[in-house]
Amino acid sequence: MTAADVFTVLAVAAGAFFFLAGSVGLLRFPDALTRLHALTKADNLGLGLIVLGLLPQVDGIFAALKLVAVWLIAQLASASVTQLVVGVIRRDGEGA
Amino acid sequence: MTAPLALDAALALLTLGVAAWTVATRQNFAAVIGFVAYGLLLALSWQRLGSVDVALTEAALGSGVTGAVLIAAVSRPPRAAGRAAPPGPRVRLAAALLSALVALALAALVLTPPEPAPSLAAAAAAHLPELGLGNPVTAVLMAYRGIDTLLEKIVLLLALLAAWSLAPDRFWTGASAAWDGAPPGGALTLLARFLPPIGVVAAVYLLWVSADEPGGAFQGGAVLAAMWLLAMMAGLLRAPEAGSPLLRRLVAAGPAVFLAVGVLGFALPGGFLSYPTGFEKPVIVLVEVPVTLSIAVVLGLLVAGAPGRPPRKEGQS
Amino acid sequence: MMAAFLAAAAAFVMAMVALGLLRLLRGPGRADRVMAVQLLGTGGIATLLLGGVGSGLWAAVDLALVLALLAAFAAVAFVDGARRAGRPDA
Repeated sequence: MTAADVFTVLAVAAGAFFFLAGSVGLLRFPDALTRLHALTKADNLGLGLIVLGLLPQVDGIFAALKLVAVWLIAQLASASVTQLVVGVIRRDGEGA
Repeated sequence: MTAPLALDAALALLTLGVAAWTVATRQNFAAVIGFVAYGLLLALSWQRLGSVDVALTEAALGSGVTGAVLIAAVSRPPRAAGRAAPPGPRVRLAAALLSALVALALAALVLTPPEPAPSLAAAAAAHLPELGLGNPVTAVLMAYRGIDTLLEKIVLLLALLAAWSLAPDRFWTGASAAWDGAPPGGALTLLARFLPPIGVVAAVYLLWVSADEPGGAFQGGAVLAAMWLLAMMAGLLRAPEAGSPLLRRLVAAGPAVFLAVGVLGFALPGGFLSYPTGFEKPVIVLVEVPVTLSIAVVLGLLVAGAPGRPPRKEGQS
Repeated sequence: MMAAFLAAAAAFVMAMVALGLLRLLRGPGRADRVMAVQLLGTGGIATLLLGGVGSGLWAAVDLALVLALLAAFAAVAFVDGARRAGRPDA
């Protein structure tokens, strides 16, 4: 296995671990606001690590840039939607 | 169990579970979310089956735009008077039996094909070099079955007319009132400023790459519509007046160009909708660009809904 | 070997998404359900990228791009719907 493959395995494994942490958080946290934290932070970090790990596996700079672009869009969307969901929580009167 | 099999099993079980939950849940909002979740899972399933074009359409239209139409429908405050009674147990039993019959019939057809399974894939692929295309799906949509695609676009027009006709007479040719009132501001404005430019580039990419890779006019148009709706929801753009000449020209452009190309085909051997030899790909691109725009505008208007306020008169801002 | 590892990672992420969905779809509030769409978006993108790069189906990255855009749009549409439903007027 080359060094790039080792890097991929480590990064993807770390990313998968964060997805696990996020789902455990979703199952165990008591209210919507804390679950939102688990979802936004852990799962997005997991996605970032997975994208990082996949970069050595693709051919060519264009494909790698596409992967990074997908990740950036996911970050932007996730951050903004999190704020909007907080608005919904406040409006529904939960989040105590 | 091998890893791909485990992935497919997890996906299949999850899809069935979400579908069952969507049917069983009692709240409209939850059911619509279940429907959108089901659509996204279906898109993943199509990708696992190798049909990325269908997966793109399912993600963009089946979950995105249709989800927005459904959520607009269930978000209307319920009217107290004039509401029909929910269907009784006999109607529900009949619906369940009919659905089960259709599902069983489809399952029987898919699981017991004649050996060898009939397929037109070889015939479809054989003529790709003449068309200058690399994606057989695009070849089928725009060349082999171009007449179906043309009729689809006209059906879209009719759907828009049907949606508009739900408005009371005094609102005819007015604009949708769905997003009247103070814009929400904050994070939504940020998202609506940053995402649409990216979405427009992605839509153009989907259209352009559809010649050789999965993509297409419908998928690109749906992404464009989603970006336009995002801007309207954030209050950055006003919902257009249904009577606006520019709007009507955009809506008609796709079917009109397609129909014109079809009629011009009479001048060539092959008749209606035949493309001149050697110029197939440019003509297909010429047709697909206005078609994408029309799809985007029509889908956006369908989500915006029937006009909700009277048309602005001349001279008003 | 790498392909098998990536496919296994994709299956694992899918299982994690399933776990999360189990909890989020039950609610009880609307916010939880909107978060379910977000979870499917992020997890779906991860699964697609892992599966696509692993098996060489590069179009999966395009699908992940569209998924990112549309999941954001769907979540906004639901929040917008929740906001409209809360208004007392039409």
